[in-house]
Amino acid sequence: MHQKSIERWSPWILLVGGILIWQLICSAFNVSEFIFPSPLRIWNQLVEFRTTIAAHAWRTYWVTMAGFGIAIVVGVLFGFVIGSSRIAYAAVYPLMTAFNALPKAAFVPILVVWFGIGIGPAILTSFLISFFPIMVNIATGLATLEPELEDVLRVLGAKRWDVLVKVGLPRSMPYFFGSLKVAITLAFVGTTVSEMTAANEGIGYLLISAGSAMQMGLAFGGLVVVGAMAMVMYELFNYIELHTTGWAHRGSQNN
Amino acid sequence: MSESADYFVNFKNVWLAYNDELLAKSQFAVEDINLQVKQGEFIAIVGPSGCGKSTFMKLTTGLRKPTKGSIHVDAQPVNGPLKISGMAFQAPSLLPWRSTLDNVLLPLEIVEPYRSQFKAKKEEYVQRALALLKSVGLDGYADQYPWQLSGGMQQRASICRALIHEPKMLLLDEPFGALDAFTREELWCILRDLWTEQKFNVILVTHDLRESVFLADTVYVMSKSPGRFVVKREIDLPRPRDLEITYTPEFTEIVHELRGHIGAIRQQQSPSCAQPIASIAQ
Repeated sequence: MHQKSIERWSPWILLVGGILIWQLICSAFNVSEFIFPSPLRIWNQLVEFRTTIAAHAWRTYWVTMAGFGIAIVVGVLFGFVIGSSRIAYAAVYPLMTAFNALPKAAFVPILVVWFGIGIGPAILTSFLISFFPIMVNIATGLATLEPELEDVLRVLGAKRWDVLVKVGLPRSMPYFFGSLKVAITLAFVGTTVSEMTAANEGIGYLLISAGSAMQMGLAFGGLVVVGAMAMVMYELFNYIELHTTGWAHRGSQNN
Repeated sequence: MSESADYFVNFKNVWLAYNDELLAKSQFAVEDINLQVKQGEFIAIVGPSGCGKSTFMKLTTGLRKPTKGSIHVDAQPVNGPLKISGMAFQAPSLLPWRSTLDNVLLPLEIVEPYRSQFKAKKEEYVQRALALLKSVGLDGYADQYPWQLSGGMQQRASICRALIHEPKMLLLDEPFGALDAFTREELWCILRDLWTEQKFNVILVTHDLRESVFLADTVYVMSKSPGRFVVKREIDLPRPRDLEITYTPEFTEIVHELRGHIGAIRQQQSPSCAQPIASIAQ
């Protein structure tokens, strides 16, 4: 019980400890707030500019969710097709890997030409960066189906579709939720990067304008907000995962 | 045609090569299989490992089509997966995200006519599944997940799943192979009772000779590469058979006799072991 509560609080203990050390170093060596702001300074800035930051954060949040939503739909569809057909797997997978290797930030200028400054490039960048892990995981979940599980249904005369729906999809759910946790953090990266050059709103824009105005406290505050939003979403998916696919997470320690 | 109607399962000169490449080299996984099984008969197939027993199962279920020859089951030619059979494997292969009850109900979600009535008659089906689980000693485990059950319990649930849609034929591919000796004997008796009650056809593939003699009406011995039936042995021990029978001289004699056949097959094979064996792919 004692061990368990330490485990539960460990991330918070680490966070508070880290912030304390950061603050101590900043105070002890009298580091300039313009170079490397102390946690206290960042906090003050966060409070001072809370309405501005909240507006930008909200914008970044919903833009990311829009891109992420598209990524889920496209990723699941592609993953489904690739995972259930060997020909599609062989044909699409290498191309998708090549595409994924391209830096998504490099797409931003192109997207600006196509969609102008604003939400278009941000949504699409966050989509482009986050759909790949979803697709790969769904495809892997479907393609690595144990033949025995498939035979159980096939001897009953089940159609391909039956096998996919009754066995393939439930079995790839843990992979799916695992990929969502990776993809949501990437989606925030995509939005923020895009907003830095191609938007007049959002945390990315805030970072650039705060940086150019030498408001380091505010810039750090923006980073903290993005990190916090990504972490909350991550924990949300983690929670959903544990409550829907608990069968895949039965460690000897949990029971 | 009339001949095939007399038997429930009828294999006539069945050959199978897994692909064209192997066919060109005349490497067959099973060769010239002839098998006639009466309605309600319990047959067992024994043989050294890798002799094509699993291939034979795939042919019977229609998962594989023969390269040559014909297969009839229940007077119908086998062209694709049969819907009148239930199957259980060495691994219980239950779906871990479904409770034991839902695993047992799975075939009813697939096989007609149950499939289209599944929602309407769910309550009736659940009662049937619970009764079946009770008959194999899994009373009270319906809501547990497969990974919460022991290996023997999982295998019982797997047999329930194979029987829930009241198949005319039960195919068992080494179903008790991974269990300990006591659990295995317990499950022999459960299978014996289910079969005595419902009189479905059973094809049991096993490498346990005692198991085959205890349960089956007829035991077939299969040779290895080429996979063929070399011996057919009727087991004339009286039914109902009790576990005690396995300690009688008559029983032991039959087991010894079959052991002799298998030993002979293995000896013929051993000098040629260095050659590549076609049936490795199974």
